Amino acid sequence: MSSTFDTVANIISETCDIPREKITPESHAIDDLGIDSLDFLDIAFAIDKAFGIKLPLEQWTQEVNEGKASTEQYFVLENLCARIDDLIKAKGA
Amino acid sequence: MRLEYFQLLDRIIDIDLSAGTIRTEAVVPMESTVFEGHFPGYPLMPGVLLCETMAQTCGWLSMAKLNFTRMAFLAGFKDVKLRTFVTPGAELEGHGQLLHEGSGFTRLRCQITCGGKTVCDSELSMRLMPFPDDTFKTMVLDRAKGLSFPFAVLEPAESTEANNA
Repeated sequence: MSSTFDTVANIISETCDIPREKITPESHAIDDLGIDSLDFLDIAFAIDKAFGIKLPLEQWTQEVNEGKASTEQYFVLENLCARIDDLIKAKGA
Repeated sequence: MRLEYFQLLDRIIDIDLSAGTIRTEAVVPMESTVFEGHFPGYPLMPGVLLCETMAQTCGWLSMAKLNFTRMAFLAGFKDVKLRTFVTPGAELEGHGQLLHEGSGFTRLRCQITCGGKTVCDSELSMRLMPFPDDTFKTMVLDRAKGLSFPFAVLEPAESTEANNA
């Protein structure tokens, strides 16, 4: 988890020009860091590439839009990193 | 090319979905109102329209990868290089290469060449979203036909639907 967080935080910092120290596991990518949906595509690309996975962004967006999930579940960084770890595990299974 | 209508491509030469590549072509018109301002007495194809030419090239490839179930919208450029001036009458060829197919987006590399020489290149992100409505999708498919889009490369069901649209 911690190494996943470090990688994700570094990606966000470099992609969105946000000081690394402002990015914490509790940060909400949208509400706290101000990352918009188009910006997030660059982050998703870098995460996909770094971990060899495919973040299911469309599914997440649909679940949020339909009220089946909150943005916190996917876009608070510690939650995002947990999802990434799950995807990595699923890939290796 | 019809610059005023943002029709930056004349033809899709070929698409290889397994390789994730596309080639397009376009001839810069000899006359356009765009050249009245860019620049008076010294007409040059605006760099932003060269960027749009790359975006449209990558957009068709992105839509083809998803069998026209999504519309491709430009989301970003990275490392754009404009390497030489492009003048009226120039015969351009677009070369797109899919780098990554994500969930709801694609990442591609594109270059435009003229006479074998690269005039611009960039890495692009395209956001893929449902068509706003059926009329919009029909308009896009009609435009694809106008560009000689090779519908045979698509999955059979969608290829038939697209040809009947």
